[in-house]
Amino acid sequence: MTAVPLSWYLILSAVLFSLGVAGFLFRRNLITMFMCIELMLNAVNLSMVAFSHKYEQIDGHIFTFFVMVVAAAEAAVGLAIILTVVKNRKTLAVDELNSMKY
Amino acid sequence: MDTLLFFTFAAIAVLCGISVVVQTHPIKSAISLIGVMGSLAVLYLLLGAEFIAATQVVVYAGAVMVLFIFVIMLLNAESEPKGGRSWPAKLMGIPLLVILLGLLSYVIQIWNPDPQEVSFGSFTGGGPREIGEALFTEYLLPFEVTSVLILVAILGAVVLAGGGGKESER
Repeated sequence: MTAVPLSWYLILSAVLFSLGVAGFLFRRNLITMFMCIELMLNAVNLSMVAFSHKYEQIDGHIFTFFVMVVAAAEAAVGLAIILTVVKNRKTLAVDELNSMKY
Repeated sequence: MDTLLFFTFAAIAVLCGISVVVQTHPIKSAISLIGVMGSLAVLYLLLGAEFIAATQVVVYAGAVMVLFIFVIMLLNAESEPKGGRSWPAKLMGIPLLVILLGLLSYVIQIWNPDPQEVSFGSFTGGGPREIGEALFTEYLLPFEVTSVLILVAILGAVVLAGGGGKESER
């Protein structure tokens, strides 16, 4: 039974977070950018659960739970906003969505 | 065994994460994101967070991603066109990302106060019983506030998606 150092979990979390940041900056599609935000939230959740394991306390789990709830609410509202934007502008490309009002 | 499981699912998570970023079609990104979330659920199990692992599968991989795929299908999203980036972005994007990642990893390794190892089964406080106890005693107020948040989110989603178009009178 070989164990894994805690820092490996944190580095995995950092890798996933960086990928999320990269996707958010590189992608031009509104929905893909939104998915990259979810990827970043997941990466942070992993590090919180890892710290919860380290300190042997439940608080990290509770916080992860709240992050999940907020992410679900955010997904519902965000996708509704995307629906409205697409209904009005007929495009998903963020480069063309460059004015708040028209 | 722990190392094997960690590396297998960490590799799946990173590969699917790269796939989320490089795929041009949103539906392929969404499927890759489900892969990331599934492998993260296994890593949560390794960390002794059974309830969080179950919630990850049910809420994230289940509900949230189904919502995403539903919207992608509804909007008939197609692949995004290539190119159109400025030359500094093309030149510096990937190197700067690697630098960011290297700095993060370096800080994590430096910080490491007492090198502690994570082995399966050394922390068993992540079951539904412990979560429920903490949630309904110590964290009761945040829990109630969360319910209000969800109510607001439901109302917001209904208002935004239901009546959003120009043709509706609102």
